[in-house]
Amino acid sequence: MNIIVCIKQVPDTANIEIDPQTNTLIREGVESIINPFDMYAIEEAVRTKEKLNGNVIAVTMGPPQAEIALREAISMGVDEAVLVSDRAFAGSDTWATSYTLACAIRKIGKFDIIFCGKQAADGDTAQVGPGISMHLDIPQVTYVKKIEEVTADRARVERMTEEGYEIIEAPLPVLFTVVKEINEPRIPSLKGKMKAKSAQIKALTAKDLDADEKLLGLNGSPTQVVKIFTPPPREGGEMLTGSTEEIVDKLVKVLKDECKSKI
Amino acid sequence: MSYLLTEEQKMIRDLARQIADEKIRPVAAEYDEKEEFPWPILKVIAESDLAGIYIEEAYGGMGGGVTELCIATEEFSKACGGIAVSYAASALGAYPIILYGSEDQKKKYLPDIAKGKKLAAFGLTEAGAGSDAGAVSTTAKKDGDYYILDGVKQWITNGGEAETYTVIAMTDKTKGSRGASAFIVEKGTPGFEFGKKEKKLGIRSSATRELIFTNCKIPKENLLGKEGLGFIVAMKTFDKSRPGIGAQAVGIAQGALDHALKYAKERVQFGKPISSFQGMQFMLADMGTQVEAARALVYLAAGLIDSGAKDISKLSAMSKLFASDVAMKVTTDAVQVFGGYGYMRDYPVEKYMRDAKITQIYEGTNQIQRSIIAVEMIKEMLRK
Repeated sequence: MNIIVCIKQVPDTANIEIDPQTNTLIREGVESIINPFDMYAIEEAVRTKEKLNGNVIAVTMGPPQAEIALREAISMGVDEAVLVSDRAFAGSDTWATSYTLACAIRKIGKFDIIFCGKQAADGDTAQVGPGISMHLDIPQVTYVKKIEEVTADRARVERMTEEGYEIIEAPLPVLFTVVKEINEPRIPSLKGKMKAKSAQIKALTAKDLDADEKLLGLNGSPTQVVKIFTPPPREGGEMLTGSTEEIVDKLVKVLKDECKSKI
Repeated sequence: MSYLLTEEQKMIRDLARQIADEKIRPVAAEYDEKEEFPWPILKVIAESDLAGIYIEEAYGGMGGGVTELCIATEEFSKACGGIAVSYAASALGAYPIILYGSEDQKKKYLPDIAKGKKLAAFGLTEAGAGSDAGAVSTTAKKDGDYYILDGVKQWITNGGEAETYTVIAMTDKTKGSRGASAFIVEKGTPGFEFGKKEKKLGIRSSATRELIFTNCKIPKENLLGKEGLGFIVAMKTFDKSRPGIGAQAVGIAQGALDHALKYAKERVQFGKPISSFQGMQFMLADMGTQVEAARALVYLAAGLIDSGAKDISKLSAMSKLFASDVAMKVTTDAVQVFGGYGYMRDYPVEKYMRDAKITQIYEGTNQIQRSIIAVEMIKEMLRK
C-alpha cells in the first residue's frame, strides 16, 4: 500500500495575533507547527501502513523551513518526505497550490491513498485536499472520521456530516480528508526522532514537476483578494412579543414587507 | 541549563517532556485521587522507546545509561512523582539482571522490560528488615534443580503490576549477610502471591504491595550470580539506582517551584503581585538555587557512573540524599508560597509535598545515605 500524506506548516494558532491595519496574520516571532488537522492525517496514514504494510510519504509545499514539519512527520512513523519548494510557487491560492501538489504527487509515483487534514488552521479553506483529487482525477471523500476497511482496490469509510455519518465506498486510488474524531495522534518515538534527524528530505522545484508554468504561483491563482476585513459583530434580532395570534400577525407582516423591499 | 547533553539525550528530554505535559500532567491529580496504576501512560512511554533507554541495544534497549534514565525520570516527575516512580522502579528491578545476570538470563528477561511489555520490580525490604537489610528472613532452600522460597517482602513498588521480580532471600542463615542470594521470580509462579495494595501519603498512583512466598518453587537457573552474593547485588543495584531517585526528587522540586513562581506572579496582595515582595523573592531564589544544586549533583553522579568509574557509592548516595532533602524543603516552601490555597487539594502543590516525602525514605533512608557517605569518606582518607 503506497500512502501519501499532505501536510502544511502553519503558525501556532494557540498564540496568534491579527494586524489591525492589514487584517492579516502577524507571522513574525510566531512558532511554526504542523497544521493540527494534518496530525490526524499523519496518524491515520501511519496506522494504515502498520495494518496493511507499505510506505508513507509526506509531502508539503512551502518555504525551506517547512522541512522541520516533514522531519516531525518522520518521527511519527512516516517513511519518506518530499519538500515542494520554489520561489515560482509564491502567492499560490488554493487552486494553484492543489495543482502544484498534484503535479508533485504524480512525480512521486504510484499511490493508493492520499490523506489530508480537513483544512488548514491558518487559511481555513478546506479546498486544497479536494483540489488535489480533482487535478489528479481521482475520487475524494471529505471529513472522514473512520476508515472501516481497505482492500487491495477499494476502501470503505465513515464520513462525518452535521446530522450523523455516511458510509462511503470508493475505488483506489482515493483521497481522504480527515477530521479530528478519527484518531489520537501518537507521541513520536525516540527511534523515530533519531531517524528524522538524519533523514534525507527529497526536494522538488518547479522545473522538476512537468507543470504548466502559467498555472503556478500568483499567475496561476484565479483568486483575487479584494479586501480583508473583520466582519462586524452580529446584531441582535428583532423580538416579536404578544399572544400567539399577535406574534403570527406581526411575523407575516414583517415577512411581507421584507420580501417587498427585497424585490 | 544544558549540562552538555548529547543530541540523543536532548531528544530523550524533549520526548519525556512532551509525554509529561501532554499525557501525565492533565491526569496526575486524578490518578492520585483514585490511587490507580497508570498503565495507559506506561504504554505511551513504552511506545516512545523510553522504557529501555538504560538497557543495552543487544537486549532490546536504546543503549543509554543512568544519565538517560535520570533525564526521563526528572521530566516525568515534574508532572507526577507517582507515575514517574512506576517507570523508574522497573529499572530498579532490572538492574540486578543487567549487573549480575548471565547471558541467558539477560536474553530471557531484558528485552521485554526494554520494550515496556513487562515491568520489573525489586524485593528486599521486609517487616523486620528495613535499614537493617541483614535481618532479611525470607529463605531460599536448595532442593535439587530448584530453590524453595518462603517469606514475605513488604512495600514493594510495582508489586502485583510487574511481571519480573528480583528478590533477595537467605540461602544460608548461618552466614548472616553473606548468606543472602538474589533470584529472579516471575509473576504467576505457584506459591507467589501479592498482599493488598497499600494506602500511602504520596506517590499514590504507584502500586505498593507485599510479595508473599509460600513454598514457592523456582528453577535454580533463576539464581543471579552466585549463592551468597545477594547483598552485593542489592548494594551495587542501589549504587546505580539512587541518582534516579535524586532525579525524581529534582523533578518533583522543579515541578512545585514552577507552580510557585507562576502563582507568585499572579497573586495580588496589598495591590501588587506577591512576587514583588522581597520576602517572597528571597524564598523563590533559595528554592531555585537549591533545585539547581541538586540537579548538578544528580547529573554529576549519573555521569560518573556512566563513565565506568568503580567508586560510585559516595556520590550516588550524596545525590539521593541532597536532592530528596531539597525536594522536601522546596515543595514545603511551594505550599507556603500558595498560602491557604496551597493546602487545598484543588491546587497542585500539596501533592508535590506529599510525593516528595518518600524520596527521603526509600532506596535507603537519608540516615542510611549519610552512613554510607561517612564510611566512604573515611575509607578514602585511610587510602591516602
